[in-house]
Amino acid sequence: MDWVYYLTPSQEFLVFSIVKVALVVGLLLPMIAYSVMAERRISAWIQGRVGPNRVGPFGLLQPIADGIKSLLKEDFVPDHVRKCYFWLAPALTLIPSFLVLAVVPFGSYLGPEREAWSKMVIADLNIGILFTFGIVSLSVYGIVLAGYASNSKYSFLGGIRATAQMISYEISMGLAVIPLFMLTGVLNLGEVIAYQVEHGWLIWKQPISFILFLVAAFAETNRLPFDLPESETELVSGYHTEYSSMKFALFFLGEYAAMIAVSAMMVTLFFGGWTLPIFGLDQPAITFFGGLLHIMIFLGKVLVFMVLFIWIRWMLPRFRYDQLMDLGWTRFLPLAFVNIIVTAAWLWAQYR
Amino acid sequence: MQDLLFYFFAVLTLIFGFLVVVNPFTRSPVTSAMFLVLSIISMSGLFVMLHAFFLAAIQILVYSGAVIVLFLFVIMLMDLKEEARSTFQGIRLTFSLLLAGLFATVLIGVVLTSGLGAEPVVLTLEGSTAVLGERLFNAYIIPFEILSVLLLVGMVGVVLLSKKNLN
Repeated sequence: MDWVYYLTPSQEFLVFSIVKVALVVGLLLPMIAYSVMAERRISAWIQGRVGPNRVGPFGLLQPIADGIKSLLKEDFVPDHVRKCYFWLAPALTLIPSFLVLAVVPFGSYLGPEREAWSKMVIADLNIGILFTFGIVSLSVYGIVLAGYASNSKYSFLGGIRATAQMISYEISMGLAVIPLFMLTGVLNLGEVIAYQVEHGWLIWKQPISFILFLVAAFAETNRLPFDLPESETELVSGYHTEYSSMKFALFFLGEYAAMIAVSAMMVTLFFGGWTLPIFGLDQPAITFFGGLLHIMIFLGKVLVFMVLFIWIRWMLPRFRYDQLMDLGWTRFLPLAFVNIIVTAAWLWAQYR
Repeated sequence: MQDLLFYFFAVLTLIFGFLVVVNPFTRSPVTSAMFLVLSIISMSGLFVMLHAFFLAAIQILVYSGAVIVLFLFVIMLMDLKEEARSTFQGIRLTFSLLLAGLFATVLIGVVLTSGLGAEPVVLTLEGSTAVLGERLFNAYIIPFEILSVLLLVGMVGVVLLSKKNLN
């Protein structure tokens, strides 16, 4: 690793950023593929079925078979669609979830060096959380444009529903995390983790924030019980009715990528990120394997949330659309405001 | 490099802004709205060049993430047909030019009197979110509150107008 020390700072930044991006994407893609698999197996388990178990040992090669299938199927573009947006929409649903992960710290340091390059986060932004919200708010475009481009009634209704739903819950989501930043005083996600090491995980201090964020996360990722944009019983399958083959698969992958991104945000904000409050695992690693262990802890926590997402999907029925809007605007929004005011009052009383 | 990026984002902002109005590809208002999104994203690139990261993030979060999504929502709900090519004639042209001229006068006046370009502004704009918040709630509290009240008035007005029965 001697050549590391001969690089200029900008070369170093470039090389290690590329390595980290490759690492994250390399981890993310298999995670998405196997979340689909986990979804199918867990749903089967909940419903007393067997699930896909034929391809490879325990059906572990199923994601590969699925991938090959979607790539080889005929990519049919209906005649009545708006071509440009029709091609753009699947990409726009996938990209934001990847961008969000750029600012999430997924580990401490790889090794004893305390340089920027050994820090396990792609972009250590001072406005980390605002960046994530900005990008998450862009993820609605993929769905809206898919609905608009498909030029069919069901897709269109799905797109419209998605717009209203995501805008509504984005507000609750944003307001839910404000108390966290009143407590920590920083917007940088790495420093939020540092605060949690010192004062305990934020879930214990802001349980209401966490519940608001969790429910809003379900609405933002269009998962049951809030999957109104694609509710099969009413809208065929909503905004991706007209899509086939790999374009359809991209919507599918986009949903899981969004789940992973939101899980990573929740882990970072409420559950101490890569830290564990036992065996001194909450201090930055000083060895290479310590660094790897931190990454494993982070991934483990994300996986717990993924299982929660999947579990809830198969346990709860779908909301009605007016119930969804009612919950968002007349329950969550006031609750989030009350939470902010109570936190502010508590802080004021403490520092007076 | 800095200069190059500045011109890159500035040119992109202007081109996309121009395309919002002209929209030569289709007459669909949805396309105009999408160009507006691109224009705003390029503009937040300009904020990043000024190290105003907070403003850049807020720009994307509020404008491209919420406001234009609502534009799209309204455009789609109103089910606009492909907009007919509008013609600039007579009274419409007069008022368009008048308003544009007025706005340009104010804009040029502000730019000329603000002393921009006398010294590099890049470093003075640098600051954390905390500094911005402190400024907003100390030095500029009155304009800030007036703006909030204005927004509130707008909101109440919309709620009132959207009630079906005004009596």
